[in-house]
Amino acid sequence: MAYSNKVIDHYENPRNVGSFAKDDPTIATGMVGAPACGDVMKLQLKINEQGIIEDAKFKTYGCGSAIASSSLVTEWVKGKSIDEAALIKNTDIAQELALPPVKIHCSILAEDAIKAAIADYKQRHGN
Amino acid sequence: MNYFQLFHLPAQFELDLTELGTRYLELQRQFHPDKHAAGSERDKLMAVQQAANINDAYHSLKQPLLRAEHLLALRGLKISNEQRSFMEPAFLMQQMELRELLAEISDAADPEELIDEADQQIQQQKKALLRQLQSALDANTPEHDHQAADIIRKLKFFFKLQQELELLEQQTQD
Repeated sequence: MAYSNKVIDHYENPRNVGSFAKDDPTIATGMVGAPACGDVMKLQLKINEQGIIEDAKFKTYGCGSAIASSSLVTEWVKGKSIDEAALIKNTDIAQELALPPVKIHCSILAEDAIKAAIADYKQRHGN
Repeated sequence: MNYFQLFHLPAQFELDLTELGTRYLELQRQFHPDKHAAGSERDKLMAVQQAANINDAYHSLKQPLLRAEHLLALRGLKISNEQRSFMEPAFLMQQMELRELLAEISDAADPEELIDEADQQIQQQKKALLRQLQSALDANTPEHDHQAADIIRKLKFFFKLQQELELLEQQTQD
């Protein structure tokens, strides 16, 4: 299957790969997986006291589209408040990367990773 | 379509694969399109359709995860084409660690040892999950069916890991 240039770019030069220390209180971690293809995605957000995402890192085991979706998301969330980041939709990701229909689930995974990380943050900060 | 009914087998997870194979050959013979060549167009068409159903059924019943999914679908719980994400942090963290272990294999000086270690972990977890799946499906209540669906989702990750490991094993042998 042909990947779009943007997918290939993110796949070959993934942005913000890596991990933050899990026990750092400013770090929120979102873990999601797709049973159908076995993909696993970890998205970590560094969130300051004002609720702004200062930095983001990801680690994804999966296909090129899953890696590109998570790489793109780390770029998009930086500088956003958690409420703004929560508004990122899988359709935005799929459109930006020109994902074909069979790869839409990769963008869903990336959207859900943001949601999972924000839920982790809210749970840890008591709201 | 109820594949168990088609094969005259009880609708349950436990299955005798030898019996399944025998039934498959019997049904294939019975509905082979050549046998219906002398029949009407409608008969021929139905024989072709039935032969396709038999193949689909055999394919699904043979594989434990597809069989479990079919059993759940018959009970009204369809999960075969779902696209929703799986979100159980502890389980996914463990998957991540196994993936990291697999990633080490290609650069390792002694890959055999790591392959054995990964294989052991995967087989052990798979076996435990398959046992849980069996008892959840046998319980046959809506609550247990939902548990079974989650176990199937987890098992899919392990089947995928096993595939990846087999691929790595081939690569290191080349």
